[in-house]
Amino acid sequence: MSNFKFHDPLSWVPRNSKLFFIGGLIIVSILLASLFAPIIAPYDPTDQNLYEGLDPPDYKHLFGRDKLGRDILSRVLYGSRISLFVGIIVVSVSSIIGIIVGSLSGYRGGRVDEIIMRFCDILLAFPGILLAIAIMSVLGPNLTNVIVALCITAWVSYARLIRGQILSLREREFILAVDALGGSSYRIILKHLLPNILSPLIVEATFGIAGAIIAESGLSFLGLGVQPPHPSWGSMLNEGRQFLLIAPHLTIFPGIAIMITVLGFNFIGDGIRDLMDVKR
Amino acid sequence: MRNYIIKRVILFFPVVLGVVTLVFLIIHLVPGDPVELMLGENAIDSDKEKLRRDLGLDQPIAEQYLRFITNTFRGDLGRSIHTQKPVLLLIIERFPATIVLTICAIFVSLILSIPLGILAAYKQYSLFDKASMFISLMGISIPNFWLGPLLIILFSIKLGWLPVSGRGGIGHIILPSITLGTSLSAILARMTRSSMIDSLKEEYVITARAKGLSENAVIIKHALSNAAIPVITILGLQSGALLSGAIITETIFSWPGIGRLTIQAINTRDYPLLQGCVLIISLSYVVVNLITDILYVYFDPRIKYE
Repeated sequence: MSNFKFHDPLSWVPRNSKLFFIGGLIIVSILLASLFAPIIAPYDPTDQNLYEGLDPPDYKHLFGRDKLGRDILSRVLYGSRISLFVGIIVVSVSSIIGIIVGSLSGYRGGRVDEIIMRFCDILLAFPGILLAIAIMSVLGPNLTNVIVALCITAWVSYARLIRGQILSLREREFILAVDALGGSSYRIILKHLLPNILSPLIVEATFGIAGAIIAESGLSFLGLGVQPPHPSWGSMLNEGRQFLLIAPHLTIFPGIAIMITVLGFNFIGDGIRDLMDVKR
Repeated sequence: MRNYIIKRVILFFPVVLGVVTLVFLIIHLVPGDPVELMLGENAIDSDKEKLRRDLGLDQPIAEQYLRFITNTFRGDLGRSIHTQKPVLLLIIERFPATIVLTICAIFVSLILSIPLGILAAYKQYSLFDKASMFISLMGISIPNFWLGPLLIILFSIKLGWLPVSGRGGIGHIILPSITLGTSLSAILARMTRSSMIDSLKEEYVITARAKGLSENAVIIKHALSNAAIPVITILGLQSGALLSGAIITETIFSWPGIGRLTIQAINTRDYPLLQGCVLIISLSYVVVNLITDILYVYFDPRIKYE
């Protein structure tokens, strides 16, 4: 027993890239599954068969059927489109807003910085998805409003990150040199500051996608997000909650999909952080 | 240290005012007529007018804002549309259940995370270290709205050990606490590990070992006590965040706290109640963060306000 050695199937991957590799593999698989959902999915995700509602998994319906007899595997596959779409759009939009506001705040400093940071403090005073829940309760549940609500809450962390990085870089010699040579603020920020803060931004964005996917699913789980018949993983879990006693498969499979996707992005985030040695 | 605390407390007030302002805006951002949304399209005009008057929505917006601010600071959060009870009273009835749940979740997360983090750091790069960090990454990735139903399926339905939902004896709080505390325990385990790794390399640990102290004494007395500061900070900040996690957890387990009250307010379009819940949850979060920041400088006086 003492001679037993664990065979590492990833021994050929550099030690500090393993997490990134595993995460990448997971996310590429999910991206492909969502892209080719119409080809891979065995059934139409909205096709109903009330006579066979809540049927457990069998060889025809590997994940079973929901209360309206819809194929859960097909719905999970199509659901990945909503989750990835929300995650990527929310992070793209909120990071762009965060870059603009954070650069302005960090580079200008003074009163502008003070006002922006106090506003950020106010938005950060709402824990987790509470602000998104409040916004959704006002705007009403649909996909666009989910994206709007999550962007309103998500840009703040990017703005603070960018501001912090710019503050630490602003007084560095290479920036002072460009400034002395007459470089415009626009040029300094875009050409010299932003490329130097790309690493922490990428790490934050990767974790941000995972966070946005959980937030969207959470809102849909509460009935405040994507509405049926669209197959969102969160709303599928919400439906499954009513049938925990008789049909637990309604809950198990969409949950596994969320967990694996989030785990994949967290692996990538951790992996990039290890590779670039970014402190978060 | 005193200057830091004074500056931190001064900053607290504009944030509170900002939170109150955003909460005030909730009812004004509703597309269409909020009164019609609350009472339904078929409500008679006199009822609509009465509610509009009661909520002060017939006044100019500046006047409404001033009234909202003064009433809030006097502790008057208005009345629930549906029960006609004062919102503050409804929240006070429900808040203790949320506090109990949050404390139990913190307890669960501490007993899971601290030993795991210490052992992982002590056996850095071992199989145990890798496995425990993988489990903690899983813990961060499992959403509580999935973990809760899974625990119900396993412990309540299949094994029949614990009740499905509601509030009663100790049995009722176990599953909600695990559901709410899992993510925190995963974060704390990772934080404890990295702090302990740094701490175990410090000279005072080497000195303690050279003095011939037992390994337990070195780890607990010297390494852990110094590694505790960042862990306590994360614990403080995340404890406040548990309040928003409680919204989902309380919904899953029908736990009668402020989180469930928030969702009930949304479902019944009871905007004054919703405003009250959002306000109290956010203010609690801000207060917990303030206390954490103050404790942080107390434990580590090197910190200065920037």
